[in-house]
Amino acid sequence: MSADVHDITEAEGDIPLMALPLDAWHRAKGARMVAFAGYEMPIQYEGIMAEHNWTRDHAGLFDVSHMGQLSFTGEDVDGALEALLPGDIKGLKVGHQRYSLLLDEEGGVLDDLMVSRRADDIYMVVNGATKYDDIGWMIEHLPDDVTMNHMDEQALLALQGPEAAAALAAVVPGVDALYFMQCAAFAWNGHALWISRSGYTGEDGFEISVPAEGAEALADALCALPQVKPIGLGARDSLRLEAGLPLYGHDLSPDTSPVGAGLGFALSKRRREEGGYFGHARVMKEWTGGAPAKWVGLAIEGKLPAREGALIFAGAKQVGTVTSGGFAPTVGAPIAAGWVDAGSAAVDTPLEIEVRGKRIAAKVAAMPFVPHRYHRQPK
Amino acid sequence: MSRYFTDEHEWIDVEGEIATVGITDYAQEQLGDIVFVELPAEGAKFEKGDDAAVVESVKAASDVYAPISGEVVEANGALEDEPALVNSDPEEDGWFFKLRIADASELEGLMNEAAYKKFVAGL
Repeated sequence: MSADVHDITEAEGDIPLMALPLDAWHRAKGARMVAFAGYEMPIQYEGIMAEHNWTRDHAGLFDVSHMGQLSFTGEDVDGALEALLPGDIKGLKVGHQRYSLLLDEEGGVLDDLMVSRRADDIYMVVNGATKYDDIGWMIEHLPDDVTMNHMDEQALLALQGPEAAAALAAVVPGVDALYFMQCAAFAWNGHALWISRSGYTGEDGFEISVPAEGAEALADALCALPQVKPIGLGARDSLRLEAGLPLYGHDLSPDTSPVGAGLGFALSKRRREEGGYFGHARVMKEWTGGAPAKWVGLAIEGKLPAREGALIFAGAKQVGTVTSGGFAPTVGAPIAAGWVDAGSAAVDTPLEIEVRGKRIAAKVAAMPFVPHRYHRQPK
Repeated sequence: MSRYFTDEHEWIDVEGEIATVGITDYAQEQLGDIVFVELPAEGAKFEKGDDAAVVESVKAASDVYAPISGEVVEANGALEDEPALVNSDPEEDGWFFKLRIADASELEGLMNEAAYKKFVAGL
């Protein structure tokens, strides 16, 4: 028997793996550790299916300390960041967070990220596997007046699920006053916390930046609550795919464009009109004329999962490739997402996916597969 | 009846010329939640080491090899409706397929239960 798990574990070469601040805590909780984004990370504790369902029903605690936390200060930091990101940074109010993208000169996606304004800086969270490349790119392209600080002394925890707000508020009073994509400073046990109401599961939830030395006590305090269990990377992946959220390095890459990926919401209107960022020409060409390929959801007939790399066909013609796929516990069936030619991207388009030499029936499905349950501010 | 084990974490029950093949409890534990099992067709002929079945967990697809050469005489249809049987009862009801043994001498190099337990303990 040979397990083929490279869809979640990345090839690491000879670089030694780093340990998360909570490494010993994960092992004590019975986690199975795997290599991911240069770290040894927990892929599961009691099992992916149980952890997935627990998060949808209660509250799951994820350690995402592998992600890069960056702080930007300096003269005209907003303008400097707007040269690299297609988002409206100048219009970002204190205590608000936005999803944005790092684009290259050709409009390819170098990374996707969260950016927020705090009282004294701009705070950014980037993907773990790309953080050093991002830092290099930004050092190269940001003016000397802007200071970037890699906050590698901070851990990052995410608490996700319908019971996350009640659970976190029991430990950190007041966090339940935040709405989706709002953020604020809190204090706990003598540690400064920066908490945003956001996440990567489609559920209500929070992301908590905590000094590494306080992470274990905070994780213990949360897991002492009956609603909270630790959740591994395996369930994080199945939850985010059901929520229709792309995974960088799989669904997004320098070869993919934000318009084709359906990330138009990250392309602010003012910035589309004014330009002045890497990739603007491609963004506008595809915004007005349409992208040649699109990232779409795929509903699969039957029980056989289609995985990353499987080819997608319309009749005899290959029209795309699966970039994420697996069994979806909440849906109760396999689901996938992939890039297909624009002509095959309309919802309900019948397609076939080749799995081990066999064609399985699929059709383009609207995403998310499972409705988002964010705690949005009433209009 | 004798039970043999392979270092690929398969078990083989031999009764006369028929071998029943499944994966071990250790293997199902490593794979996690199993959501689909692709079984060989009746009549399929395998050489020892050929890909014979595929087991899909939530996260990954894994090959199951033919532990010995032979011809498939039956596949476990119960796994089509209930792949999780491989998790709940891997070494009995969660069997994969039965082979008509082509060469009984291939059984000689395999482990018995005590040797397999020792092998797993060393992993």
